Amino acid sequence: MISSVGRIEPWRQRNWDWRAAGNFIGGGSGSGLLLSVPFAGDAAAPRLTLLGLALIGAGLLCVWLEIGRPWRALNVYRRPASSWMTREALLAPLLFACGAAVVWRAGRTFESLLAGLALAYVYCQARMLQGGRGIPAWRHPRVVPLLVTTAIAEGFGLGLAVLAATAMGVIPASLPWLTATALLARGAVLIVYRGALAGKAPTLALAALDEHIVVDRLLTAAAMICLLAGATIAGGRWLLVFGGLAALAAGSLLKYTIVVRASFNQGFALPLLPVRGPGRAAPGARPGW
Amino acid sequence: MVADLRRCVGCQTCTAACKLTNATPPGIQWRRVLDLESGEYPDVRRTFVPVSCMHCGDPPCLDVCPTKATFKRDDGIVRINAEVCIGCAYCAVACPYQQRHIVKRRELAYGAQATAAEDARFDPRSIAVSTKCTFCSDRVDQAASLGLTPGVDPQVTPACVNSCIAGALHFGDRDDPCSNVSELLAHSVHFRMHEELNTDPGFYYIVEERP
Repeated sequence: MISSVGRIEPWRQRNWDWRAAGNFIGGGSGSGLLLSVPFAGDAAAPRLTLLGLALIGAGLLCVWLEIGRPWRALNVYRRPASSWMTREALLAPLLFACGAAVVWRAGRTFESLLAGLALAYVYCQARMLQGGRGIPAWRHPRVVPLLVTTAIAEGFGLGLAVLAATAMGVIPASLPWLTATALLARGAVLIVYRGALAGKAPTLALAALDEHIVVDRLLTAAAMICLLAGATIAGGRWLLVFGGLAALAAGSLLKYTIVVRASFNQGFALPLLPVRGPGRAAPGARPGW
Repeated sequence: MVADLRRCVGCQTCTAACKLTNATPPGIQWRRVLDLESGEYPDVRRTFVPVSCMHCGDPPCLDVCPTKATFKRDDGIVRINAEVCIGCAYCAVACPYQQRHIVKRRELAYGAQATAAEDARFDPRSIAVSTKCTFCSDRVDQAASLGLTPGVDPQVTPACVNSCIAGALHFGDRDDPCSNVSELLAHSVHFRMHEELNTDPGFYYIVEERP
């Protein structure tokens, strides 16, 4: 039995809250949406691009609201050599400039360039989270593919939902299938990520993840059913809307769970307990794991 | 820094000394002592573990800092430039030892009236930016000019080490094989916290004499 005074067991970090999660949710879904632009057709490209940039902007605004000294925010550009936060910040203006070119119909080359920048942006975000080495649920390398596939699934889902809900143009036949494929890939990566975390994260972090995974599976299943039915049934436009939104919700909730609810820190561990009086050092203790 | 866990009695004098020296706000302790009870009756152990910034050789907080506010001095002490830090807390989530602290506004220990130490040590630059243990580097920095040795001469030794009533805390140069801490480590079984994370912590814990 182990008991302690003074916080030895892992506890939930409070430095990054919903505002940080908002950056990962907005930045991820916005980047995913920009990735879907080349597949969405010329008519919808400008408005989907605007929506994607707005989401990324909202995410950055969340971060700006969170930092302690917001008027010094430009200092964020000072360490490109090693900080993924700096790299994310460097990509943001490029993304907005390229997005503006797409909105003003500069051509398909810019759509492809924008998609590439969006992929790089979401990769930076994923590596940024992995850089949080004090949080076991974040630092595992599998968090990177998880965040990237999640962004693609929710971005494609959002794009599909917007196209299906508004009369922006014809919904490309491939889009529901691409969204479903991205959802499947994300689900597989989530299983691998959770499996890899076993024994490598505090029990409370794993419990928070497991609690959410039940909800995630329900949302993913609902999204898959709606997407496949919507793609095959004539007049299934609203099914595609629901499917796309469910994909978006699943991704956003997962990121909120990882960034806020499962963000238990390392706590403290003693590989050996000291000698007290006669005898030898005793086997150590690692409460909360 | 070296903490001899055989000697620490959990009196928290080092915590109080740090608090007084650095006037950290309520709830923020750059130095504290954990209290761990383990085992089953009758084989029960109680262990006191002083913790603070580990001044890692490869600090995770340094690489992630987007502003270069976090830096490592030539002597290995990790510091924060409060004029540059934006308070993004990336260092706080990157630190596996939970030793980075951010307070958004000035808070006082006893209501509206600041204590003499709080007034004397208050630095408005420390609000809304990351703060942590400095190994009392302002004292350590006087060593060269005074011809004194940190860890040996109290005037240039961190306050927590000076205050330790049990002689459990030691400070010195681990790269000098003749230093007090190198001698201690050479003759003891010791560990460093979360060594598996490869941060090369500068804080050692002694658990027994080397056989």
